[in-house]
Amino acid sequence: MSLKIDLVTKRFGSFTAVNQLSLDIPDKQIFGFLGANGAGKTTTFRMILGLIDATEGAITWEGEPINYDKTDKIGYLPEERGLYPKQTVKEQIIYLGRLRGMAKKEILEQLNQWLERFRIPDYLDKKVEELSKGNQQKIQFISAVIHNPRLLILDEPFSGLDPVNVELLKNAVLKLKEAGTTIVFSSHQMDTVEELCEYLCIMQHGKPIVHGSLKEIKRSFGKKNLFIHADFDLSYLADLQGVVSQKVTPVGCKLQIEDEEVSQRILESLQGKGFIRKFELEEPSLNDIFIEKVGESYE
Amino acid sequence: MNKFWVVFCYTFLSRVKSKSFIITTALFLVSIVALGNIDRLIGLFDNDAGANQVAVIDQTDTVFSLLEEFSDQDELIFVEFNDSLSAAEQAVLAGTYTAVLVIEEDNETIFQASYHTDQLINQSVPNQTAASLQQIKVALATNEAGIDQATIDAIYQPFDFDTVAIELADGRTARTEEEIGVARGLVYAMLFILYFAVLMYGNMIAMDIANEKSSRVMEILISSSSPIKQMFAKIFGIALLGLIQISLFITVSFYVVESRADNMIGEAFEFFGVSNVPLSTYIYAVVFFLLGYLLYATLSAMLGSLVSRLEDVGQLMMPVTFLIIIAFMISMFGIGVPDSTLITITSHIPFFTPLVMFLRVGLLEIPTWEIALSLTTLILSILILGYVGAKVYRGGVLMYGKSASLKDFKQAIQLGKRDN
Repeated sequence: MSLKIDLVTKRFGSFTAVNQLSLDIPDKQIFGFLGANGAGKTTTFRMILGLIDATEGAITWEGEPINYDKTDKIGYLPEERGLYPKQTVKEQIIYLGRLRGMAKKEILEQLNQWLERFRIPDYLDKKVEELSKGNQQKIQFISAVIHNPRLLILDEPFSGLDPVNVELLKNAVLKLKEAGTTIVFSSHQMDTVEELCEYLCIMQHGKPIVHGSLKEIKRSFGKKNLFIHADFDLSYLADLQGVVSQKVTPVGCKLQIEDEEVSQRILESLQGKGFIRKFELEEPSLNDIFIEKVGESYE
Repeated sequence: MNKFWVVFCYTFLSRVKSKSFIITTALFLVSIVALGNIDRLIGLFDNDAGANQVAVIDQTDTVFSLLEEFSDQDELIFVEFNDSLSAAEQAVLAGTYTAVLVIEEDNETIFQASYHTDQLINQSVPNQTAASLQQIKVALATNEAGIDQATIDAIYQPFDFDTVAIELADGRTARTEEEIGVARGLVYAMLFILYFAVLMYGNMIAMDIANEKSSRVMEILISSSSPIKQMFAKIFGIALLGLIQISLFITVSFYVVESRADNMIGEAFEFFGVSNVPLSTYIYAVVFFLLGYLLYATLSAMLGSLVSRLEDVGQLMMPVTFLIIIAFMISMFGIGVPDSTLITITSHIPFFTPLVMFLRVGLLEIPTWEIALSLTTLILSILILGYVGAKVYRGGVLMYGKSASLKDFKQAIQLGKRDN
């Protein structure tokens, strides 16, 4: 029994930011929150943290609503990054750590470990405004995890980072998960979500349009991708029954098909037509699912 | 450690350690010491110029000998000049003398004088010269009329004029003039200090909050500890800072005044004498100061939470500034007429109470119930403002966008609303 969002609605005046959202976020897992801009992700996070109250519904963590007695066990990386620009890394992490109920000595120990892990040990006494955006973000991340939270909420943790740093941060997130932290994060980068999350939810206009475990979502999506590389013209495949779309590439084509069965019919139809270099059936990518689901509701 | 104390210590320490705080405090202390020793400072520059010398061409034979006695080695020396007026004027142009004074006999006014100089801008030397001559004239005229010196002294002797407080029906006496003078001094000091404190520290609080909002660190802060705790921790943190700074100023001023008391321009300090003040007045001063600060600080914190950019702080703080300026003006007016109806009424309006009620308490005999009433309203308004402020703060800190208008209040309260 972990984080439970029960029929939560948030209205700002006449605008409904989150509409009847219900989610179960399993313990000690990484939960991905996807959605177009303005889908209600940040509002949901703020409600989970108790920064704003839900208009309707309830959010509970381990059976109780989250309030300021529990903040020492929760870490938060807001979408809008913010640190004291004029203060050194050490000063602010100490302050933010103490606000999470830590002792100074403990904070410094943890901070040094984290700086080491992020390969920036000499930034301890630097002012935040002197650091690059990417390094500021690392410090921001440290401020969210310095107290070893049991529930960690990361709003777009990877945006604006170069691939090397994304990898560093990803590893840190995975380590925290192994150590038993429940992690909720939002992202626009589908590949990262696919890589990290077992569970996810795609939000649209404040409502989840898809949610569940990644495997299940892919399975229930049904449609598969079929890659064919061949020496002859493949354009006739688009007219076959069960083919949703066809994208012609220089070496062949990518087909989206309704289910696995269709692939076998296609294979049969290809027999004797010529030389086939590649015939590969693939699970749909999260990107495909996202575009289709979110795109669908726009229509 | 309680998070209130974490924020409190952080607010206090980060300010105390900041360069700007140390520099302003030091500058203030230097100015206080300099102001206390202003006469020495002026003297320092004046001595270089030396005393003014005025050449006197006396055609009466009697006046100069009398005038010579008015010479003052440090400032003004009269020197007899036995040459022609044009020679004297040349000497003035050459810088030997400040001016030439020509004294001639006159039948009606005994003598008349003309003052020739190239420095018409300098008023103090001719004024002093004229005053001296006037005294000589009185002496000569009375002497001529056959009146002796003792009679003249008796004529100029000031008479005694005492104000006596009549005992009131309940056995107390009305305030004596001396007590009122003292209280007036305290009231003046208190008005200035409170005015200064509200403007300076209120702004500091608003800036602090706006700063945390504009650097977006606020969202992390309020996810760590409750915004209400933070708001009050900030208010008290800056209050401690203010108290330390003001006590420092007061202590230094007190020592400067103490050590230089003899040389101070007499009347002002006699008028405001600092001894013999009843203890209760001091206690009221501290109580009204603290409550006044709290009231305005809460208001500032609330307004600060509505701003999302530092540039807008000034604009939103305007109402607070106006309030304290109005309170200051009313009390400045009230110092002369503390028993006017305007003062009585405004002393019960919470935003004016700290200044105006203290003024009444200091200068008049106010029934205890009235003081208690005003203190109650003041405390109540602080609590109400704290309650509303906390609500606005809770929502306000999450609000971004171009704001700085009062309609944001409603939005902020809605955003921060708790249904349970």
